[in-house]
Amino acid sequence: MRVLILGIAGGIARKLATRLLASGHEVLGLDARPWTGAPRSIEIHRMDVRKRAAEDIFRRRRPDAVVHMATVTAFSLKGGERERINLDGTKAVFDHCRDHGVKQVLFVGRHTFYGAAPDSLLYHTEDEPPRALDKVPELADLVAADLYAATALWRFPEMTTAVLRLCYTLGAPGTGTLVSFLRGRRVPMVLGYDPLFQVLQEEDVVTALQLALEKRIRGIFNVAGPPPMPLSVIIRETGRTPIPLPSTLLAWLLGRIGLPTLSRGALDHIKYPIVADTRQFREATGFQYAYDEGRLLRVFREAAPLPGR
Amino acid sequence: MALDDSLEARVERLELPFNEFGVDPYGISKKHLARAAPVLAFFYRHYFRVRCFGCEHVPPRGRAMLVGNHSGGYAVDGAMVLTSMFLEMEPPRLAQGMAEKFINRFPIASLWTSRTGQFTGLPEHARRLLEDDRLLMIFPEGYKGTAKLYNERYSLVDFGTGFMRLALQTRSPIIPFAFLGGGTAVPTVANLYKLGRLFGVPYIPVTPYVFPLPLPTPLEIHYGEPLTFTGTGNEDDEIIVGYVEQVKARIAELIEKGRVRRQERLFL
Repeated sequence: MRVLILGIAGGIARKLATRLLASGHEVLGLDARPWTGAPRSIEIHRMDVRKRAAEDIFRRRRPDAVVHMATVTAFSLKGGERERINLDGTKAVFDHCRDHGVKQVLFVGRHTFYGAAPDSLLYHTEDEPPRALDKVPELADLVAADLYAATALWRFPEMTTAVLRLCYTLGAPGTGTLVSFLRGRRVPMVLGYDPLFQVLQEEDVVTALQLALEKRIRGIFNVAGPPPMPLSVIIRETGRTPIPLPSTLLAWLLGRIGLPTLSRGALDHIKYPIVADTRQFREATGFQYAYDEGRLLRVFREAAPLPGR
Repeated sequence: MALDDSLEARVERLELPFNEFGVDPYGISKKHLARAAPVLAFFYRHYFRVRCFGCEHVPPRGRAMLVGNHSGGYAVDGAMVLTSMFLEMEPPRLAQGMAEKFINRFPIASLWTSRTGQFTGLPEHARRLLEDDRLLMIFPEGYKGTAKLYNERYSLVDFGTGFMRLALQTRSPIIPFAFLGGGTAVPTVANLYKLGRLFGVPYIPVTPYVFPLPLPTPLEIHYGEPLTFTGTGNEDDEIIVGYVEQVKARIAELIEKGRVRRQERLFL
């Protein structure tokens, strides 16, 4: 099938493109960022999906399936532009898909949608509403994009839409929220808390996305890997040192003295767990992770050594 | 063998799916259990000298609900029931309590309750744990049960009905139990509700010696024969309430029986 990947210059999107190509699919991509060294057989268009020219790609190339990974987090971009990319971009994607006969769309969202709170469920299922968003305004546009994508399930019944809520990813060397958090030698924790984190190796993410495409699943699905682990285990097993600090002190120190930046509201994400129930996805696709928790952390540890070593 | 070694061995024998880091899919941690066990065992064996009867009624594996009365101004009862399952069962079992929501708001307490398998009392948690064949510990009186004053120590306040619907939906046996002596260990003469709210807890118990530290009073736990109810869990309230009353009556019987036995023990 002809697959158009939006946000193809991102780390996981590149791996997905390469894997789909190797599996015999035709792959094209669209991104405002460059992908130098991309395989020649992948047709790449460097542009913003919200621009007029992007629609021409849909019109001319008529992709069978679209993978929408062109959303950004507060880590990579601040303020109004992030909201415009996430919300206006997602609307443009679904409009183009509807107008140009795309049969299948995958929206790649995040499990942080469910929010972290002291009284929330340990395992979140897909039918839950987003919670605790008032505490993390930086997440609001991503959640809105996720909910907008989900409306395609009833607005465009002729299209097979799947909204995937992915847990944190760890690759080699990897990109993403958790990788940014683990980049230093010392990793902060909130004193007296040690939440469970769900992690999926990037190769397994690619497998999950490919399965979602090839099995043509429809609906909302949580995607995660091995059972969750305490944050302290992830920090130690990746060769870092956990630094437990009182909540208020940590809020002040984040982004200083070499500690990672984290929005104040996102502190709850390192106090309380956000764990997704993945039974629906496994039943729909037969997905099985290849990297268990030990292998996953060892691979990251070897690929992302401590700074200064 | 040293006491600590045998407790560690019991942690190892818990039939839970621990991964290579000693953590199960709910975050229950061997390390935390092994650290908590000596403290709990000290209180169980030496401080409260707990006597436990009827452990044979608890299934050695598979889903089940331990349903009993609250006794004492706070969760001394839950901690000792958990310890009885850990020390007296063969193989040891981990009783998983349905904790009050406020606990997760406190650092340290949040960490230790979750690492030892005591999760917020949400129906979804209870259902999932039962479907995973865990042993659930439920106090249907809720915090109103722990708020009983000294002269109410053998009474039962209203039971919630959620546990019964869950038992029917998951086809789980209910093992009723009576916990005795908590009211003497923490002899509450008053509960400070307004002060409690300031600290984010339902109330603060006050004892004749002011601070709610437990006295070294002998405690007893009496487990009764399993009760099984048939149904779908969607029955009308009056049917469910009828079933709940049966459980409550059985617990009241166990309390009465235990009370007689305990008084004999105290006066011997």
